[in-house]
Amino acid sequence: MSEESESTAYDAPVTGASSRPASITAVPVRHPWRWVGSLVLLVLGAMLVNTLVFSQTQQPHQSGSRFGWNIVGTYLFSSQVLHGVVITIELTVISMVAGILIGVLLAVMRLSKSRLISSVAWGYIWFFRGTPVLVQIIFWFNIAALYPVLRLGIPFGPSLYTVDVNSILTPIVAGALALSLNEGAYMSEIVRAGIISVDEGQAEAAHSLGMSRLSALRLIVLPQAMRLIIPPTGNETISMLKTTSLVSVVAVSDLLEATNSISAQNYDVIQLLIVASLWYLAMTTVLSVGQYYLERHYARGSTRELPLTPMQQLKRNIRHVKPVVTPNEERVIGADHE
Amino acid sequence: MSNAGSTPMVKAEHVHKSFGSLEVLKGIDLEVAPGEVMCLIGASGSGKSTFLRLINHLEKLDAGRLWVDGELVGYRQVGDKLYELKDKEICSKRSEIAMVFQRFNLFPHLSVRENVTIGPVKVKHQNAKEAAQRAESLLERVGLSDKIAAYPNQLSGGQQQRVAIARALAMDPKLMLFDEPTSALDPELVGEVLDVMRGLADEGMTMVVVTHEMGFAREVGDSLVFMDDGQVLERGNPKEVLMNPQHERLRSFLSKVL
Repeated sequence: MSEESESTAYDAPVTGASSRPASITAVPVRHPWRWVGSLVLLVLGAMLVNTLVFSQTQQPHQSGSRFGWNIVGTYLFSSQVLHGVVITIELTVISMVAGILIGVLLAVMRLSKSRLISSVAWGYIWFFRGTPVLVQIIFWFNIAALYPVLRLGIPFGPSLYTVDVNSILTPIVAGALALSLNEGAYMSEIVRAGIISVDEGQAEAAHSLGMSRLSALRLIVLPQAMRLIIPPTGNETISMLKTTSLVSVVAVSDLLEATNSISAQNYDVIQLLIVASLWYLAMTTVLSVGQYYLERHYARGSTRELPLTPMQQLKRNIRHVKPVVTPNEERVIGADHE
Repeated sequence: MSNAGSTPMVKAEHVHKSFGSLEVLKGIDLEVAPGEVMCLIGASGSGKSTFLRLINHLEKLDAGRLWVDGELVGYRQVGDKLYELKDKEICSKRSEIAMVFQRFNLFPHLSVRENVTIGPVKVKHQNAKEAAQRAESLLERVGLSDKIAAYPNQLSGGQQQRVAIARALAMDPKLMLFDEPTSALDPELVGEVLDVMRGLADEGMTMVVVTHEMGFAREVGDSLVFMDDGQVLERGNPKEVLMNPQHERLRSFLSKVL
């Protein structure tokens, strides 16, 4: 293997080898402070690993590791915690999907030529961004105090259908509703930023082909706006994942509520917070990976070469180790970096 | 022009347009016959592009009348009253008029093939397969059949503008508007775009071309219009107008451009 690759390495620069001067060999600049910094970081890292893994508990009459990893392990996959994880995922997905839909609608409304429509959207955003989401969750949970019965019918006229509000607005519905309405306000600004970033000539070209305003938005403007919309939306989703923990105030048994209720019984507060944090970390990691691929998808046409996926990068690295790269291919790969 | 009997493709009567307090067009009267290639020249700010954009109703006219193929642009006349057209009607009229932009305005998120087929498929509801075949032959015509799978920003400016022309042709327009189609191009790429336009003119396409390419105007244009300060100052056979300008303003303009 290594012999073969050496031989290609010598073969490659055959043309013009005579005219090319010898490669530069110079004494590199020394960076002593880098070494000092690295050493300090190494020591700090060792201390972190030591306290996390090896140090013993300081509590009297107890044994085991300081962080109580065995307790963490006991509860990490307990059914109560897993149920909380499912609730958290449900709330995140529902709130983000609804929030994005509301956000797109509000963004389009704000860009409307009608003053009334754009002010309504502005007012919505002003209200829902201006009040704490915690207040909104508690508000929707208690809305039955104001409107005990929901009536569907003709405005100011007879009602055709009535329903008890408390029976619809269960804690989880109230939580999802509050989170969705709140998220819609934030998403609308993100979507609007994306839309106005697209060159006006794009909509004009679409209109000159005979597209309606709606088709131009859907087929031409929004797909291009996605490149700007996705990164902050990824932020919002990750933020939402953690914001869902606020619904525990209205007794929804999400992840944090599950771990809190366990630690309320066994007093292992830190261990159960670690359980919750590990789950939150795992979920945000999945989301970050998803975001990477989504961004890559919408980068089509905006960069000359799409960035490689980690898998492709790995394959290319393996291929580089093997001596199968022909000089021709090498030239193409080199061109990518221009 | 000489086709006295037929309906003019474009007819403008006292067309006025203002942006705020700035009056850009101060009464334009023009006629473009079917099959005619009319070139509009003039300094920037003279209102050429605005006039072009009025023709496919990207801008609304303030006063006067504008017809395309015998039909009012943007309005319906019943008796003495004008009714604004619905968005849908405006869209269907625009789909018969193609426009080529100075900055190409290709859709960067779509491949060359998709750029050419999106109009026929999404607006005219053509069969996707037929549209793709048509796109291939149109791209071959503009000399870009090898770029069908590329994305716009992988192409040179001249290639992008030729794709834009193919995209416009895919709608089978009865009238094509060109808004300074070569002004954003490197000098050496101008020729390839003008060649395509010359081919279209030879096939009898009705074209209104805002341009600074006097050579193209002289050789390909059937008529030449010089606009200045929102008005038509001179119009006529391109060779005569360019050889023998009547107005001092046109003489000084030509001395700077030629």
